[in-house]
Amino acid sequence: MMPPLAQTEMPVIEVSHVATRFGQAVVHEDVSLSIKQGEVFAIAGGNGCGKSTLLREIIGLLTPSAGTIRLFGVDSRQLEESDGRPIHRRFGVMFQHGALFSSLTLAENVAVPLREHADVSPRLIRDIVAVKIAMVGLPPDSAAKFPSELSGGMRRRAALARAIVMDPELLFLDEPTAGLDPMIAAGFDDLVLSLKRLLGLTVVMVTHDLDSLWRIASRVAVLGHGKVLGVGTMQELSQSDDPVIHAYFRGPRGRAAKEQAAWNIERHEA
Amino acid sequence: MEQQATISVSNNVIHCRGPWTLPNVAELERRGVMLRWPDAPSVIYDAGEVTAMDTSGALLLQQSINGLRHTGRKTSLRGLKPEFAQLLQIVETQWPHLDNGAAVRRAGWAERLTRVAEHRSESAVHALAFLGESSVAFCRSLMRPHSIRWRALLRIVELDGVRALPITGLLTFLVGVVIAYQGAEQLRKFGTNIFIVDLVGISLLREIAPLIVAILIAGRSGSAYAAEIGTMKVTEELDAVRTLGISPMSLLVLPRSLALVIALPLLTVYADILGVFGGMLIASSQLNVSFAEFVARFEEAVSVRHFLIGLGKAPFFAAIIALVGCYQGLRIRGGVDDVGRHTTISVVQSIFLVIVFDAICSILTNWWDL
Repeated sequence: MMPPLAQTEMPVIEVSHVATRFGQAVVHEDVSLSIKQGEVFAIAGGNGCGKSTLLREIIGLLTPSAGTIRLFGVDSRQLEESDGRPIHRRFGVMFQHGALFSSLTLAENVAVPLREHADVSPRLIRDIVAVKIAMVGLPPDSAAKFPSELSGGMRRRAALARAIVMDPELLFLDEPTAGLDPMIAAGFDDLVLSLKRLLGLTVVMVTHDLDSLWRIASRVAVLGHGKVLGVGTMQELSQSDDPVIHAYFRGPRGRAAKEQAAWNIERHEA
Repeated sequence: MEQQATISVSNNVIHCRGPWTLPNVAELERRGVMLRWPDAPSVIYDAGEVTAMDTSGALLLQQSINGLRHTGRKTSLRGLKPEFAQLLQIVETQWPHLDNGAAVRRAGWAERLTRVAEHRSESAVHALAFLGESSVAFCRSLMRPHSIRWRALLRIVELDGVRALPITGLLTFLVGVVIAYQGAEQLRKFGTNIFIVDLVGISLLREIAPLIVAILIAGRSGSAYAAEIGTMKVTEELDAVRTLGISPMSLLVLPRSLALVIALPLLTVYADILGVFGGMLIASSQLNVSFAEFVARFEEAVSVRHFLIGLGKAPFFAAIIALVGCYQGLRIRGGVDDVGRHTTISVVQSIFLVIVFDAICSILTNWWDL
C-alpha cells in the first residue's frame, strides 16, 4: 500500500540510535539521522568510520546491533522478509564496483529487476532498458557488451542504469565517483542531479569526494568516533568548530574544492 | 482506494488517466491492444488526468503516439503536466535509437564454424605453449633444486595427499568389496573360489586403484587449482605476482605439479592396500577363503609387475591432473562465471586425459606381454 499523500512530509529514512559492533570493534556508538524526500543526502567521514556499514544497514544487508532504521516507515529488519518486497521496488542501489552480473550483457543486467518484479511485455522491457541506458549516457551499441568489456566509468553508469530501471523513489550510491577521472566524475555528478530532477529521486550517497559534496549534496552528515559529528549544508559544516570536521573540510583538498565550487557558482551566475 | 490507470477513446480524443507507472503498464498495454483507435486524420491525446508517470508509462504513451503517426495520422498532446512532459521528451528523443540499438546481427553458420575453429586452434597453441613452458620450468628447477618452493610443496602434499586419505581409503575399500562380491557369484559356480585373489589383486593393483585415486584427486584437487589460480587472476593477484618479479610457473604451477606427482603414487599404494583388504573380507565371508590362504595365494598369483605398472601410471596421472588444473586456471579471463566454467572444464578434461592415457598404457603393456 502506498502511504497517503499527507504523510509524505515524514522522513524517507529514519535512523535512530543505531549502534554497530563487530565483536570487540565498535563501528557506531549512537547514530541518528533523518533523510527527507527530495534531498541529495551525503554521508561523509574518514576511512573506516562506518559510512558504508551504515549504508548497508539502511538497505537491509546488515542488521545493527541496537537501534532501529526505518525505510519508508518500514523497519529495515523486515526488508528480507516477504512483506518487505514492495519496498525493494522503491529503491535502487549502485554499489561501489558496480556489482554487475558478469555472465549477463549490459542490457540483460539492466533488465533483471524488470523481469523479476514487473509484469511487463518483453518489448516494453527492451524499450525501457534502452531508454535507461541512454539516460545514463551510454551509447546504444554498449548494450550487447559484457561487463568485462566495459571501462570503469561505463560500468559505473551501467550499474546506475540498473539501479534506476524501476523508476525508484530512492537511490543509494556507494562511493559513486571513487576511482573516476575528474572529468568523468564531474559528468557523473551532473548525471545524478539531472536524474534526480527528472525522476524525482531522493538520493543517499556515501562519498569521500569533496568536489561532489560541494556540487550536488543538499545536506551532509559527517560520521566519526561512532557518532554523527555534524549534519548540515556544506556551507554550515565548513564553519563548524568540530576538529574532525574542520580537518576534513578545511584541509588542503577541502579548501581547493570549496574554491572550485565558489568559482563554479560565480561563473554560473555571471 | 487508489485510482486505476486507464486509456479510453471518445470521438477523436484519447483520454489517459491515473498513474501511468510500472505496476500499471501491463494493464494499460492490454487495454491499448483492445482499443479501437479513432479513424479521424488528427487525434488528440488528453493527458490532463495523468496523476503519475514514470519511464515505462512515458514509453507506452510514446509507443501509442508513434503507432498512430505511423498510419499517417496527426497527433497532438494536451494537458500533460510539465514534469511528465520532460520525461516524455527524453523518451521521444531516444526513440530513433531504440529499434536500431536492440537489433544485433546474428552470425551465420560459416562465421560461427570459423570462430569455433579459430578458438580451438588458439587453445591448442596455448596448451602446447603452457606444456612447453612448464617443462622448461621443471627442467630448470631440477638443475637448481634449491629454487623449488619446498614449503609450499609440502603444504600441498598435506592438503591434497594426507587430507585425501580418508576418502580415497574408503572408496577403494568399497570398490574392493564390490569387485569381490561380483566375482564371488561367478567363481562359486565353478568351484574355483581361490581365484578371487587373482581377480581382486590384479584388477585393483594394475588398473582400478590408480584410476579411482586419479579421478578422485582430479575432482578434489584439480578443480581447486583451477578455481584458486583463476580467482587470483580475476582479483589481479597474479598480475601483482608477475610485477614482483616472481614467475607464476615457479610460484603456483611447479609446487602443485610436483606435490601431486609425489602424493598420487603414495595414495595409490594406500588405496591398493585398502582395496585388497576389502576383497579379502568378502573372500573370507562369502567364499570361505581365509586371510592366510588369501595372502599365500596373493604371493604366488599376483606378480610384482602388476603392482609396479599400476604405481608407474600414478605420477603421469598426477602430472595430467595438476597441469590441466593450473592451465585452465591461467586461461581464465573475464569474470566470476569464467571461474566456474574453467573449473568444470578442468575436471572433465583431466579425467578424460587420465582415462585415455590409461587405455594407451593398457594397449602398450598388452603388446609387450607385460
